[in-house]
Amino acid sequence: MSIATPPSPPPIVTKPASAPPASEPQPFAILGEYDNVTDVVHGAKAVRAAGYTKVDVHSPFPIHGMDDILGIKPTILPWLVLKMGLIGLTTGFILTMYTMSGFTDGVFRRPDGVEVYSENWWSFLWVNLEPYQYIISGKPLMGLPGYIPVMFELTIMFAAYTAVFAMFLLNRLPRHNHPVLKSERFRRATQDRFFVAIEAKDRRFDPDETAALLTDNRALHTELVYDDED
Amino acid sequence: MAAIFQNPSPTIVPSREVDNTSDDPRYRQPLVTADNDLTSVTEIVGGCAERNPSRLWLVLFALAVPMCLAFFSLIGYLVLTGVGVWGNNQPVSWGFPIINFVFWVGIGHAGTLISAILFLFRQNWRCSINRFAEAMTIFAVCCAGIFPGIHVGRVWVAYWLFPYPNQMAMWPQFRSPLLWDVFAVSTYASVSFLFWYTGMVPDIATLRDRAKGKIQRFVYTFLALGWNGSARHWSRFEKTYLLLAALCTPLVLSVHSVVSFDFAIAQLPGWHTTIFPPYFVAGAIYGGFAMVLTLAIPCRALFGLKEIITMRHIQNCAKVMLGTGLLVMYAYAIEFFVAWYSGHHYEQAVFLNRPFGSNVFGFWLMFLCNCLGPQVLWFKWARNNLWVIMFAAMCVNVGMWFERYVITVTSLTRDFLPGSWDAFVPTWVDYAMFTCSFGLFFTLFLLFLKFLPVIAIAEVKTVMPQGHGFGAEGGHDDHADDHASADDAPSDPDTKEDA
Repeated sequence: MSIATPPSPPPIVTKPASAPPASEPQPFAILGEYDNVTDVVHGAKAVRAAGYTKVDVHSPFPIHGMDDILGIKPTILPWLVLKMGLIGLTTGFILTMYTMSGFTDGVFRRPDGVEVYSENWWSFLWVNLEPYQYIISGKPLMGLPGYIPVMFELTIMFAAYTAVFAMFLLNRLPRHNHPVLKSERFRRATQDRFFVAIEAKDRRFDPDETAALLTDNRALHTELVYDDED
Repeated sequence: MAAIFQNPSPTIVPSREVDNTSDDPRYRQPLVTADNDLTSVTEIVGGCAERNPSRLWLVLFALAVPMCLAFFSLIGYLVLTGVGVWGNNQPVSWGFPIINFVFWVGIGHAGTLISAILFLFRQNWRCSINRFAEAMTIFAVCCAGIFPGIHVGRVWVAYWLFPYPNQMAMWPQFRSPLLWDVFAVSTYASVSFLFWYTGMVPDIATLRDRAKGKIQRFVYTFLALGWNGSARHWSRFEKTYLLLAALCTPLVLSVHSVVSFDFAIAQLPGWHTTIFPPYFVAGAIYGGFAMVLTLAIPCRALFGLKEIITMRHIQNCAKVMLGTGLLVMYAYAIEFFVAWYSGHHYEQAVFLNRPFGSNVFGFWLMFLCNCLGPQVLWFKWARNNLWVIMFAAMCVNVGMWFERYVITVTSLTRDFLPGSWDAFVPTWVDYAMFTCSFGLFFTLFLLFLKFLPVIAIAEVKTVMPQGHGFGAEGGHDDHADDHASADDAPSDPDTKEDA
């Protein structure tokens, strides 16, 4: 147990008793260290059974069943990917159909008549987005089968980009100043150790009792990490 | 579990070859051999990136970099002079550039097959080889993309390939298979890169946490995006990985189908066939697995990875190669059959011309290398001998290039009218560019081997007995045997309670 008791606040500072001075590092979480999957699962279950809610487990690889133990809800990611995939499909359809046919199978007429370069500020749209209506090898202007490869690729592209970028955004990454990353021992969380992290924001959090709970449940070592961003 | 408490030894123990190739159904063979645990696997893979490069690595790098520079010099020569420096001319206006493009993009397919399709099929052996197979994909696609890029002639307006509103009121022709290629290959390249990088983030975090030097620490920290192995992060990460695998599976099949449309949409005899998409996809995987083996067999020896990329992995790759080789042979046979059965004179003439006509060298070399050479892998003794596997893989590497040569050149040199027939004579620039494209590929690949996690460390750990502490729960029944057999499986009295 190496939990340093925070020194009492200097008397000059006039702040509510509940809020320590700003220079004081706030405890962020307590980390319980384990060296195998069985023990960390046991530890996480015990912590959850004791009523803690703001619990996380850090491990070098995904541990199956951990979502249920920690009560992690299914992510909305698949729905985002589906939506963006459909948007990609629509983009592909509009892009190919509009540029190749202007959505007409015959002559395309602009809404503003014959004039291409009008005085309006939006006229650049009609100049630059003019459809490219050429009959190639006798293929129809609205030849949907020929546009399917492009529509398909754009569907995949939108969906896959979303899967990756939304995952990192939902995980709030990149974040290089996470308090747990300051711990030296935590560097093994990406190698061969497992950590149960109980956040100080948890209503039941108490530096000593929480650490004792972890130690009683097979934690090899506990450590309090501080959030010095406040 | 005692090994975990021990300090990892700083010296590198040469990896041992353990025979795990037996197919006894009563006993599931381990995917990571030789009593490795979480610590030692991290040590082996991390060591590859942390140690000073070996002398052999430096020699190979010193060979690859000049070739890579020569490649870009040749591109400079081409751009300054014009595409006339190639042998491309009527009637063969698609010479080496398109052959090299199809060759390289095909090689990439094995990487995506391993990372996506084998993932969906829950082939756990993929974990050891998927990372460098994906790297191979990306570097091969880099090489592939350059050839059509410089083949457009005016490289400085290559961005016209992409649709963007412009003052010329000009759009790309969306009915053209060449434009489909632009979309297919750019989607494939970028999505493969994201797949590779996303899977690598947790492993880069491992390297970050092990890094000793300041620069290493900074670079890996930057690349690892602050990954901290949170269970919530892993939950979304796994979902993303599954989604990407599901998206990449149709993508990889579509890419080589679209590449084959470049040929099949044309009216030319020998090209205008419906078998091309599956034939090309099978060929791509065939050639790609050959390249995986070509790279994996030396890598595992040089980097001490024999315990992670085991003999079983090599044999599985060899079997996939043998299987896809049969598909390719079937496609060859059907092409000839349909040429005869169609009653189409021009088609028949082209297919007679291939083995017995004006340019038979390519065809018979292809036949020898693709159809005969790899058949040696039917024998168990051959699959146990790395030199023989390497020989078979080299056969396929050569054969698959000549397959594309045969398809492209024999059809173009002999089309409908004898008046338009002509021979194809490649120039020294053609040969040099193709050779030097390997320089680009190997430069990138050697840099990857040195600086990035060569093995998907996190994924390999999940298929080790240590990866599932609490019994055969949660769809991991396929590893029940691992638990029973492994010496260091958790023998905790509470294991049952947890399960």
